Amino acid sequence: MIPLSWYLLVAALLFSIGLYGVMVRRNAVAILMSVELMLNAVNINLIAFWRYGSVLSPAADTPTTGWAWAIFVLTVAAAEAAVGLALIISVYRRRDSVIAEELDLLKN
Amino acid sequence: MSQETLQTLTWLIPAGPLLVFFLIVLFTRNNRTLSWVLAWAGVIGALVLSWTIAFHMFGTYLNDDITHPHELLEHPVQIASSIDWLPIGDYANNTWLQMGVSVDPLTAVMLFMVSLAVVMIFIYSVGYHNYGKPPGTVKGTPNHGKEEPMFSRFFALMSLFAGAMLLLVVSDNLLMLFIGWEIMGFCSYSLIGFWYARDYHLKPGDIPHIPPRQAAVKAFMTTRVADVVMLLGIVYFYRTFGTLNFSQALSAGSLEHAAMEIGVGMLGVMALLIFTGTVGKSAQWPLHVWLPDAMEGPTPVSATIHAAAMVSAGVYLIVRIFPLISVAIEGSGAGWVIAGIGAFTALMAATIAVAQNDVKGVLAYSTISQLGFMVAAIGIGAYIAAAFHLITHAFFKALLFLASGSVIHGMEHGAEHVHDHHTDPQDMRYMGGLRHKMPITFWTFLIGGMSLSGLPLVTAGFWSKDEIFADAWYVWNHDGNVLGIIVFVMLALAAFLTAFYTTRQISMTFLGKPRTPLAEHAHESNGFMTFPLVILSIFAVVAGWVGIPDNFLGTEGTFVNMYHHFVGATIEEPIAELYELHLVGHEIGTLPWSWVPLITSVVVALGGILVGYLVYGRKPLTKDQQDPLIRPLGPLHGFLQNKWYWDELYQAVLIRPVVYFSEVVVFEVMDKGIIDGIIHLVARVIYAIGQGAKATEEAVFGRAVDWVKDQFLSMTREVRQLQTGKVQEYVLVSGLIAAALAFMIIFLINYGWSEQILNWFQ
Repeated sequence: MIPLSWYLLVAALLFSIGLYGVMVRRNAVAILMSVELMLNAVNINLIAFWRYGSVLSPAADTPTTGWAWAIFVLTVAAAEAAVGLALIISVYRRRDSVIAEELDLLKN
Repeated sequence: MSQETLQTLTWLIPAGPLLVFFLIVLFTRNNRTLSWVLAWAGVIGALVLSWTIAFHMFGTYLNDDITHPHELLEHPVQIASSIDWLPIGDYANNTWLQMGVSVDPLTAVMLFMVSLAVVMIFIYSVGYHNYGKPPGTVKGTPNHGKEEPMFSRFFALMSLFAGAMLLLVVSDNLLMLFIGWEIMGFCSYSLIGFWYARDYHLKPGDIPHIPPRQAAVKAFMTTRVADVVMLLGIVYFYRTFGTLNFSQALSAGSLEHAAMEIGVGMLGVMALLIFTGTVGKSAQWPLHVWLPDAMEGPTPVSATIHAAAMVSAGVYLIVRIFPLISVAIEGSGAGWVIAGIGAFTALMAATIAVAQNDVKGVLAYSTISQLGFMVAAIGIGAYIAAAFHLITHAFFKALLFLASGSVIHGMEHGAEHVHDHHTDPQDMRYMGGLRHKMPITFWTFLIGGMSLSGLPLVTAGFWSKDEIFADAWYVWNHDGNVLGIIVFVMLALAAFLTAFYTTRQISMTFLGKPRTPLAEHAHESNGFMTFPLVILSIFAVVAGWVGIPDNFLGTEGTFVNMYHHFVGATIEEPIAELYELHLVGHEIGTLPWSWVPLITSVVVALGGILVGYLVYGRKPLTKDQQDPLIRPLGPLHGFLQNKWYWDELYQAVLIRPVVYFSEVVVFEVMDKGIIDGIIHLVARVIYAIGQGAKATEEAVFGRAVDWVKDQFLSMTREVRQLQTGKVQEYVLVSGLIAAALAFMIIFLINYGWSEQILNWFQ
């Protein structure tokens, strides 16, 4: 088997790219996509720990916590993406723009 | 009657009229009938009580040897009662000021006279104020011919006046006397100014008048000046004798002790200080100016003030403290001062009365003159004569005033008849012929006038005046005192003038033909007014016969001078003891007979009447005839008519500087300038301090607060830059912080600091 740390590294890498994307991208939709990336990175983490938890302990009795939690995260990510897109559409309708920089009503 | 009953009755004598005053003021102000009935009840009650006491005393006298009443000589004070009133600061000795009554022979005769005169005046007042006529409407001026609107007020004040006089007469100490004195001062002010709204619009040739409210203030002020000095005398009296009680302080032992302690000269000063009160109250020169203007009050008021009560109170005072004055006369020049003032006043007032045209004005100056007689008598040590003249004068002067009021009423009635309201009804030049119009008034006035002139033998005035002359002559003849002859001559001249001006007055008023329509339509006054006239005229004749000298006409044993022995008993013993100690000049004894005073008084009286008749009576004045004295006297007549210009002199020398001082110096300079200036200065200083504080506060605190504000603002401005409103920046910041935190924890755990961190979190 390949070591667990490779999976964790990949997840961390993905998470960082996602975080970078949230911070840098101008377009709100792109930010949302980056957030999805972060969430999926977390998913990788969760599945990796679930899979490799069974290596450390007998394979027959691995709890379902890992992959159940990952399904939760996936669902929540999907819902959140839907809500986020709905918000962006509504913002676009009002301000004719989806660039995050320009949405600074809370300034000062 | 037991001693206690008599004491109680004596206390009640002044209580009646005083109580009536309060009753009228509080309850019967609007009911005229009830007011005068109450007032009558008060004074008639006082009359009954006074006469009971007086006749008790007379009885004690008459039951004894009337030439030498032993009981009265040894115990002159027959009824005495006193209570402690006010504690004085000398707690160690437990001294209290007292209120007390005492009745001795002098008090008895005063009670007899005062109560009778006051009752007569009260009876008269009901008629004078036109009770029963249609009611008058204007308050504060006389409503001629109509009922006086302030009827109740008049009787209330008169009751207070009567009560105060009776209080003064029965009092046994100087303090209570002073209280009565001052109450009468107030009453004189209110009663003289009774018609407070009256104003005069005088034309040239009219008798000069000041309005009643000014006259009231003048009377009160003048007597007040005297009262202040008198109070000093009373205080000195108390200081010297330790008591204000007459019989204790003025006993021979007490006076001797005082003479040794402070010297006879200072006793003279004390006597003169107290005498100043008499100068004011009894209108002697120089404080005589208030009395003629006091004629502005209604006539019953004039009768009370100037005959029965107030001016009598002045003479009563110096008669009461006679032992002190007697010692003062002997040991210092006080006698010269007192007798000098008295004699001068008598003569001066008599000369002024000759030229007066107001019927009440003549009587006013006549009163001043007669009081001068009494004061001069005291000044030469003639105790009995002064007391005697006081009593007889009260009777005939009250009679004269009331009769003149009747005359004025008649003239006013005539004025109503012919609708002439401009002629002065009091001016004698407009009268004449009233003898037939008002017969009762005429005869009573004649009796009073003759008594005043001293018509020999049949009138009371003769006997009392003769006694003064006798005393003056004795002092000159026997003691060789120059004062005696000076007083004798001046009083003789004054008596001559008295008879002259009285005859002038009677002639101008009653004889001849009426000079104006007012006099033509005059008629006799009603019964309320004529009844007292008749009663008083009886006394004006009879009252003198109790004082016929023992050795009249050189006889012995035919006559008994009851008055002399009775009243003399009041102080005969103390004076005798003082005589032994050589503190007084002579005793109260019967004077040796001399023809000179008798002849003098007969000559001046008859002479004055004769001259008066010749000038005024034989050919009574006709309508436009000028007063026959004006031409021969020339400018002197003007001088006399204008009362020797004393009022003008006082106005220029005393009043104007004082008014100037008060209006300019005190008011403008001191009050407005200095005191207000200080206050304004303080205000300005405090305002300036306030301004300064405000500026300081703005400068210091303002700046400080502003600096704080600026700092805060700059801080917020910088912090505000964090809030850009861009979500991505927020994410960036929070991510950085989270990364830093995570790195820190991992770093720390790697280096094994986890224990400490955990401890810290716990």
